Amino acid sequence: MSFDINQIRADFPNLRQEVHGKPLVYLDNAATTHKPQAVIDAVSRFYGEYNANVHRALYQHAAEATEAYEAVRDKVANLINAGDRRSIVFTGGTTESINLVAYAWARKNLGPGDEILVTEMEHHSNLVPWQLVARDTGATLRCIPIKTDGTLDLDDSDKYFTSRTKLVAFTHQSNVFGTINPAKEIIELAHAVGAVTVVDAAQSVPHLPVDVTDLDCDFLAFSGHKMLGPTGVGVLYGKPELLESMSPFFGGGEMIQTVTMEKSTWNELPWKFEAGTPKIAQVIGLGAAIDYLNEIGYEAIGEYEKKLTDYTLERLAAVEGMSIHGQAAKRGPVISFNLADVHPHDLAQFLDMEGVAIRAGHHCAQPIMQRLGVPATSRASMYIYNTSEEIDRLVQSIENTRRFMTGN
Amino acid sequence: MDELRELYQALILDHSQHPHNFKVLDSANRTADGHNPLCGDQITLYMTVENEIIKDISFQGQGCAISKASTSIMTTILKGKTVAEARAIFDKFQHMIKTGEYDSNEMGKLAVLAGVHKYPARVKCAILPWHTVVKSLQTDDNSEIFSTE
Repeated sequence: MSFDINQIRADFPNLRQEVHGKPLVYLDNAATTHKPQAVIDAVSRFYGEYNANVHRALYQHAAEATEAYEAVRDKVANLINAGDRRSIVFTGGTTESINLVAYAWARKNLGPGDEILVTEMEHHSNLVPWQLVARDTGATLRCIPIKTDGTLDLDDSDKYFTSRTKLVAFTHQSNVFGTINPAKEIIELAHAVGAVTVVDAAQSVPHLPVDVTDLDCDFLAFSGHKMLGPTGVGVLYGKPELLESMSPFFGGGEMIQTVTMEKSTWNELPWKFEAGTPKIAQVIGLGAAIDYLNEIGYEAIGEYEKKLTDYTLERLAAVEGMSIHGQAAKRGPVISFNLADVHPHDLAQFLDMEGVAIRAGHHCAQPIMQRLGVPATSRASMYIYNTSEEIDRLVQSIENTRRFMTGN
Repeated sequence: MDELRELYQALILDHSQHPHNFKVLDSANRTADGHNPLCGDQITLYMTVENEIIKDISFQGQGCAISKASTSIMTTILKGKTVAEARAIFDKFQHMIKTGEYDSNEMGKLAVLAGVHKYPARVKCAILPWHTVVKSLQTDDNSEIFSTE
């Protein structure tokens, strides 16, 4: 399929909405994306036509629901080239996926003297769980710093990757700078010292082809709602041998094989990690989102987003008083910036009045704000349905706000 | 848009670009930090309180136009008021900022902030300095941090 922006936009009912009497320009896709009609329909069809719990009941709808649910596991495995469907665990989202690793792997395998290595550009969801692990196990949390251009400083990697390093957790694509990190290189450095790797792919899977076999990562986490799918569903990929070695995270129905009053034995992978009724509707919706993305194709998505990102960077850079944070050569469609003498919250409020939705704040990455020396930034993040005309409206609205707020 | 412009017009021209009492107060016997982590608004308030009267008040810090203007206006209002009066104004201000309802005789200059109630996400910005003052008046401890989160 060729990349037909008009057709794509027509698939998203929310893009036809008006905000304060203006057509919506939605530029907060790093937070969450809109849903194509195909995803909304898939969720609606499940609830309206074959709603049932999965895996156990013997009636027709239960079989259909189970088939639809499990088919998405194969779609996810194909999407990230996992090879083995047992390596795909459905969770509530990236945060839950990372916490699953923090509780079920890290707390059992780390102790005093061990080091957890993260980066300075982590989202709180890939930082705070490791702070808690360090607190509970006595392990030490260390951090790869960032350079002023918003890329990782891996020049002195020997300093960070040592025989004490047991776990390396890093973001594949920064939700503030848009920087795409050299995941394969980091994983090689980690494996060279025998560390287990956790990749936060919440911002990369929506935009890039991600291949866990090629990366050779041990764990990888992402969310459905940032890639056109429903909220409340995420994925944890784990190497089967690691997942096998781990005890369950949640206990309950589904994750067991036999239960007596004294003890239980665990279900096979991946269900060992899917206690309770799973996110059936959300998983089915995620399957429709994956189909939608595959139909367009990641190559076409990448090309379109690169052009749009370059255009946005060029237009924003021409605004008086503009500072753009992050100049990575390899980047996704996420741009953080500050405008001189205009606080990001004031800017976002004025843009909202023009129907333009951007994010203002710390983007769940307070250490980056401290590093940049700003209390907050504004952030525009694009996806497959955004257009250069929308970027023109963004820039015009920023110009109007700047003139109003600074009086010149 | 016009409403938002009106709100900002009143704030910016008067206070946010040229805040009043924007300095460290050497004579202060009370200081308090206010922090709104969501926005990154951060203020330090300085007060000289003698015999239950706010003799002097000033602030330092950074934040959006609404928080800066609100803090600036607050300092001009509270200077010379008793602690009890300050608390009473806070209650009325809080009501106004949440509902938009107020008595113009009572609110005076503070009334320019009434429009903030239409922007629920910004109520915190406007109210931060007031919470910070009230917090510092409630305690004998000389240094307090108030956070809206």
